[in-house]
Amino acid sequence: MSRLLFTRRSLLAAGSAVVAAGVSGQVRPAYAQGLAPTPSMRGGANNYRPGAPIVDRIGGGGFWMTGTVRRAGDGAPLAGQRIQIWAHTTEGHERDPQSHGATLTDANGEFRMEMPQIVPAFGQPHGHLAYDSEDFQTVFLRPVMRSSRDKTLEAHFVLQPA
Amino acid sequence: MQSKQTGRIGAALIWCAVIAAIVVPVVAASTSPLLAWRDPIYILAGFAGIVAMCLMLLQPLLIAGYLPGTPKVIGQRVHRMVGAALVIAIIIHVAGLWITSPPDVMDALLFVSPTAFSVWGVIAMWAVFAAALLATFRKRLRLGFRTWRRAHLVFAVITVAGTVTHALLIEGTMETITKILLCALVVLATAKIILDLWVSAARRRRGT
Repeated sequence: MSRLLFTRRSLLAAGSAVVAAGVSGQVRPAYAQGLAPTPSMRGGANNYRPGAPIVDRIGGGGFWMTGTVRRAGDGAPLAGQRIQIWAHTTEGHERDPQSHGATLTDANGEFRMEMPQIVPAFGQPHGHLAYDSEDFQTVFLRPVMRSSRDKTLEAHFVLQPA
Repeated sequence: MQSKQTGRIGAALIWCAVIAAIVVPVVAASTSPLLAWRDPIYILAGFAGIVAMCLMLLQPLLIAGYLPGTPKVIGQRVHRMVGAALVIAIIIHVAGLWITSPPDVMDALLFVSPTAFSVWGVIAMWAVFAAALLATFRKRLRLGFRTWRRAHLVFAVITVAGTVTHALLIEGTMETITKILLCALVVLATAKIILDLWVSAARRRRGT
């Protein structure tokens, strides 16, 4: 008449299957010809505000977002490229206009933007960056800080001509 | 006399432990520096999540009558009320996060979030809803009691596993040690109820 609720084995099997499904990520194929373009990251475009103004600094500063922009294939540095940056910081939420700003790459294809300290939001201390102009295909990045005490975060773009 | 007094002290200790297990993590989270940089609605959403996990600790204790001095009938009634509160807490949690950052919640609900913990949170949410629906429509479903209980318990186990994984992977307002302890207690309380059911099922089969 009475039965076991479920066997230990079935519970363990079901449990580990769920864990495996949750942990497994994606595998990307290697790019054969030269430098591969950077793919957009999941969630990278969240709370993006197209056309955020070019600024010297976002808010009060104290934290540095740095990175490079290069061309896919030959890896040539790309100067004058507009990169938009936003994050949840000590001065505002991601969606707030004052949390957004854009900057241009220098002759070496490098950019540096001072901004307020990024703080953990939605479970992780992370920033957002966008390349969204005419010459190359749009890329959205969402780098995560190794520690929420870090004072810098970097992200690198390899762009493919549009 | 002696044993009665020891029993009373033991009961008081269990009650104190349960109350502390719920109050301490909430108080610890309320001192988080992250709160200074969050809007009230985001803070509310976060605390609704913490409260939901606290309620999850109460559920097995109430339904199995592990809380001293609580008759099973009252335990079952409170279990139902706490279950309803749990559903409301989760709705506040998700709605508050939605208002704070709609695209992040949309990603989570569609299982395309960059963060693994969102997936676990959403799985736990659906499991809670499923367990609550089973409870609401228990009479109309006309399942046998054992079958019904097994289904309700499976959803409860998924809820606990999902919630604990969700919470442990998140860097949020909960203080790390109190978070780990609360997670451990929720898992232990759930494991205890399953073990007790296994044991009683085995006993019934042996006819002892």
